[in-house]
Amino acid sequence: MSARAKTESRLLYTGVDWDFPLIQRIYEALEEVGRGEMKLDPMPNQIEVITSEQMLDAYASTGMPLFYNHWSFGKHFARNEAMYRKGFQGLAYEIVINSNPCIVYIMEENTVTMQTLVMAHAGFGHNHFFRHNQVFKLWTDADGILDYLAFAKSYIAQCEERYGQAEVERLLDAAHALQSHGVHRSPRKRAPNLRTEEKRERERREHGEKLFNDLWRTVPGGGRRKGQKRTDEERRRALLGLPEENILYFLEKTAPRLLPWQREVLRIVRNIAQYFYPQRQTQVMNEGCATFTHHRIMTRLHEQGRIDDGAYMEFLHSHTNVITQPSFDDPRYSGINPYAIGFAMMQDIERVTLDPTEEDRFWFPDIAGNRDPYETLKDVWANFRDESFLSQYLSPNIMRRFGLFVINDNEAEEYMKVGAIHDERGYRNLRRAIARQYDISRRDPDIHIVDVDLIGERRLELQHRVHDGVQMHDADLDDVLQRLADLWGYEVVLKVVDAETEEVVETHEAEPNMPFGGST
Amino acid sequence: MHIIDRRLNPGGKSLSNRQRFIRRARAAVRNAVREASRGRGIKDMDSGGEITIPAGGVHEPSLRRSGEGGVRDYVLPGNKKYIEGDLIARPEGGGGSGGGGLDGGGEDEFRFALSDEEFLDLFLEDLELPDLAKRQIAVMGMPEWRRAGFRAYGSPANISIPRTLKNSLARRIALKRPGASDVAALRARIEEMEREGASEDEIEAARLELERQAKRSVTIPYIDPLDVRYRRYESHPRPIAQAVMFCLMDVSGSMDEHMKDLSKRFFSLLYLFLKRRYEAVEVVFIRHTHLAQEVDEQTFFYSRETGGTVVSTALEEMIRIARARYPVNAWNIYAAQSSDGDNATSDNPRTLSLLTDTILPMVQYYAYLEVGPDHPIAPMPGLDRPTDLWRAYELIQGPKVPMSMRKVNHRRDIYPVFRELFQRQGAEAA
Repeated sequence: MSARAKTESRLLYTGVDWDFPLIQRIYEALEEVGRGEMKLDPMPNQIEVITSEQMLDAYASTGMPLFYNHWSFGKHFARNEAMYRKGFQGLAYEIVINSNPCIVYIMEENTVTMQTLVMAHAGFGHNHFFRHNQVFKLWTDADGILDYLAFAKSYIAQCEERYGQAEVERLLDAAHALQSHGVHRSPRKRAPNLRTEEKRERERREHGEKLFNDLWRTVPGGGRRKGQKRTDEERRRALLGLPEENILYFLEKTAPRLLPWQREVLRIVRNIAQYFYPQRQTQVMNEGCATFTHHRIMTRLHEQGRIDDGAYMEFLHSHTNVITQPSFDDPRYSGINPYAIGFAMMQDIERVTLDPTEEDRFWFPDIAGNRDPYETLKDVWANFRDESFLSQYLSPNIMRRFGLFVINDNEAEEYMKVGAIHDERGYRNLRRAIARQYDISRRDPDIHIVDVDLIGERRLELQHRVHDGVQMHDADLDDVLQRLADLWGYEVVLKVVDAETEEVVETHEAEPNMPFGGST
Repeated sequence: MHIIDRRLNPGGKSLSNRQRFIRRARAAVRNAVREASRGRGIKDMDSGGEITIPAGGVHEPSLRRSGEGGVRDYVLPGNKKYIEGDLIARPEGGGGSGGGGLDGGGEDEFRFALSDEEFLDLFLEDLELPDLAKRQIAVMGMPEWRRAGFRAYGSPANISIPRTLKNSLARRIALKRPGASDVAALRARIEEMEREGASEDEIEAARLELERQAKRSVTIPYIDPLDVRYRRYESHPRPIAQAVMFCLMDVSGSMDEHMKDLSKRFFSLLYLFLKRRYEAVEVVFIRHTHLAQEVDEQTFFYSRETGGTVVSTALEEMIRIARARYPVNAWNIYAAQSSDGDNATSDNPRTLSLLTDTILPMVQYYAYLEVGPDHPIAPMPGLDRPTDLWRAYELIQGPKVPMSMRKVNHRRDIYPVFRELFQRQGAEAA
């Protein structure tokens, strides 16, 4: 008890109420643990206090503080509002925006413990992740996003003023339909500038000289070498950069009939889709990182006697709610909870570094027992995305704890089969299966623009490669193709190709109905 | 770290998106609103509430994988009894048990709540009082601001730049202020003279001139406070057409509960509509048995009364009130009457003559609603023929007569009939 009495004076707060100076003090305490002990390195934070009404507003525009106007956001708002008012759905405690400074919304009706939790979760966990994760670094520009959104909003408002709301809305509808295929999945080749060009040419020559061997000249045959001409078709495709998986990008650059402002609108939609692309790839890791961070910070604060037992219990209550993973046969089950598995894996990695078992040494020889959990975790957070993270770090321990198992569902067979369970024989298969489930390129249909003859009839040809016989949602497909045809201005054909046999299974066609842009 | 208090920022950032959404789904929402209003009590006819629309019209398609078919693997948590190689029957309703959640499947219906305002706007869309012809400037109504020339003082927001520059230009011309090009030309001439070696005197004179002009362009300002003009606004009372609606309701003994309910529903719709759409419409409630009486809204809708039926008393009361308070030359007069069609036979001629001689010439529009029993019982011979009042009213129908009549038997018909009676001219039938 005497130890208790000593620490009493260190308490940051008691009770549930908060005010701005208190938030400031709490933030400083969080920073001590977050930056000081865990060596996190987040962007500067900007904490914004909002009402629940404003939270609903923020929901409607995908969490962003400003967004262009479109009816679909109104639809989401209406639905969220109805759900919230009826009590079917609580509001998130926070929204965090990957910008610099990082904006963290906290709701006014939260208790002081919740505010502490939220700031630790978003302001340190997510924030650190945004700043350091490879995928975010590659695809998002935290410094520029708010300015870009402001530009997008005003640009689209101007277009509405000039060309009519209906026309802009129709264009946005079409662009939104293709949004999932408006991202670059791998970094593009930069247009070379003269210096790098020169350097590359020199390196290439040196390499050629190093490898030079006159003998090669005497080797007979050699098949297609430089002299051989490519067919017209191949040249045409190469010229347009085909095949191209970013449909919106291709339309923006190549669609023959679009007007400049329409191209700009497509560009806006695609840039914003690209900005959100990393978030879809790092759900488990992002939430795992944030949940691990808030759990650690809160626990340390409690150990230091800076929050009292009541506050800690309140924290544990909402923490355990968040990381609950119902079983597959539970009525509450709705997929694997990214918070649960993310948090469990982060904790497991820490355990492996500090107190590994024999099994861990076998599975994770590189990190087992290195006694540096934070550095290990930070390295993981920086360099992986969900798919690679799961396939690398999902340990047998976690698989057993979650009771994970794989079901193979083959349409052609009468029964589904249990493919692997959490046992010695199954670990690797299980891990591969779950990683694939989070592989975003397997989740979206694999569609490419493969050919177009700009000089001839201008028919745009797309290819959908079907993997494992999983087709596309049919009703949606025709609808989207129609919009694509309107954007392209000419006929569009989509060939469904079986990825294994290379056979064309199905063909969908669409003629432009109300093409965008000027007359030909 | 910054903390920013955003709570005082204006809310409703999504309002414009919401309006766009409702406009987008207008047809569906309108139907849903009408559907919803059917089941409502009289009292909460005008409140908003939750409605459900089919998701089709507001669906956002995307290129996504279908929820079923093919070969797929699901990873599920919470294994209790399965071991590798077990065969499991497919659950009913497709195999979307695991991965389906990731794909974000579609939905069939879309539920959301409308505010009172939105609800009523959609509910009363396209309705109007016909032939609102006699316009008279009334005192009521919001004043309207109109442009009225310019003035020399005002708030900076109202500065009229074209007018200010016009004044400035006139003043500059009048005072012969040299422009920048004039000064430049003078300068060029001096240089030329120097180059060509003109006489010192000439050059000196030109220099003096240049100096004078330069000074002039400084002393005479480009824009003087005298030039500044502000837009001037004047308030005008907005002319509002005055109108009065007479609501005549039969509450006699022959009206059963069901019929009274129908009448009240009709009038409450009418009242709602008028209250909402026309600021300056007055409503007069008259109920009658064998006696007619002007009552207030509360009594009209909620109190009980019974007695015999003499329709003409109500008409007389209406005429009396109109003469006393609503002179025909200043008011657009409307009337709506509801009755079960039962009238003392001896009263019919009198009713007819009052209507044709006095009321119809005076009103812009007369609507007659006949309420009938819910389920016409096995029609006894002669029972399903038109009522006395209906037949009498039919006699005076004609293309030039500003009168319509409709029959209603069931609650669900009230709203459509109401719409028919007050449909905006030229709007398509709902």
